Amino acid sequence: MDGVHDMGGMHGFGKVEPEPNEPVFHDDWERRLHALHRAMNSTGVWVIDHARFAREQLPPAVYLASTYYKRWELGMEKLLADFGLVGPDELAAGHALRPGKALKRKLTAADVPITRGPFSRPPQAPARFKPGDRVRTKNIHPTTHTRLPRYARNRIGVIEVVRGCHVFPDTVAIGKGEDPQWLYTVLFDGRELWGENAEPSLKVSIEAFEPYLEPA
Amino acid sequence: MEQKHEHHHDHDEHGSELSEMQLRVRALETVLIEKGYVDPEALDAVIEAYETKVGPHIGARIVAKAWSDLSFKRALLDDGTKAVRSLGVINRVSDHLIAVENTPKLHNMIVCTLCSCYPWEVLGLPPVWYKSAPYRSRAVNDPRGVLSDFGVMLPADTAIRVWDSTAETRFIVLPMRPNGTEGWSEEKLAGLVTRDSMIGSGLPKQPSKVA
Repeated sequence: MDGVHDMGGMHGFGKVEPEPNEPVFHDDWERRLHALHRAMNSTGVWVIDHARFAREQLPPAVYLASTYYKRWELGMEKLLADFGLVGPDELAAGHALRPGKALKRKLTAADVPITRGPFSRPPQAPARFKPGDRVRTKNIHPTTHTRLPRYARNRIGVIEVVRGCHVFPDTVAIGKGEDPQWLYTVLFDGRELWGENAEPSLKVSIEAFEPYLEPA
Repeated sequence: MEQKHEHHHDHDEHGSELSEMQLRVRALETVLIEKGYVDPEALDAVIEAYETKVGPHIGARIVAKAWSDLSFKRALLDDGTKAVRSLGVINRVSDHLIAVENTPKLHNMIVCTLCSCYPWEVLGLPPVWYKSAPYRSRAVNDPRGVLSDFGVMLPADTAIRVWDSTAETRFIVLPMRPNGTEGWSEEKLAGLVTRDSMIGSGLPKQPSKVA
């Protein structure tokens, strides 16, 4: 979706402000929330792109005004409701009002540190592109989740590396299955993305799934 | 507005939001435990892991090894996951870790414009600035400006390559080994490797700063 989360190239957000000696967490609630989120992700009820899509659907003003972990918290409340695990009435009450559902997995202390993925899957077809191929990204504007950023749509780039076949975020995030797709590193010249005034030496790559690409 | 909220300020400024979040997260944790979805011991283990075990010191060991051992460096650039697993520095790094090498002619920077993807297993959790709108918006079209926010000025003839982490591949920058470190042990070299140098927003420390 063309939301405010898709920030690449936007203006007006100001300077980057590094924080010297930054702590891992800034408040105790961030600690607890991080762990809760990881634990719920590990149950296998939802996948990472469900969680991303939930945050992308926050109202734009809420998204921009919220810290990273506040977005996680709000997104998680939505996921818990969407998947029927926790009702808003229970969060308001601060206690479970109904028994929990049976889940596939439950994170234990022995599972920590958590290993992600893998996200690669057996291919459904041979790769359509090879390194060196010129491609044009599609001019798509789905209202649902996608990992093709706006700034890199309808742009000509070159396939640099074939990364294997991976779970397709666009379908898995909306419950339409993993539909594995070939994943490529696609390299763009800065001027192709940003026009004549771009930094002359700049090159930017995205990790692009095959359905985002057509031959150029 | 974004900047203000993304960046950490003292508690006074954010008192109302903090107490609201504390209450919300407390309610969430209570409900999830009561429903049997989460194990409190696992929660404590996750927190402990990121506060004490998983952090940029892991990436620094990887970089120092690559600076010291050419065959490891080649293996790392060829297949980051496999090479890091062979080191045994963490129990098991996930798939799809990709190391990208800086040279005098090329400087790499990592960003995630769509959310905040970051190589947690080798760098720990990302700093607030990495997750902030200023970095996510500007890294792809004004990387030299972003670098100047970090006090980094690259030579004009160094090209910049930005990697937008739009899938589950994860990137770590292999910075250039500083001059004047000939004969240094891997351990001593690791002390030069900053977190930011492995994101590409910074450079390694100079040997004169740590000697």
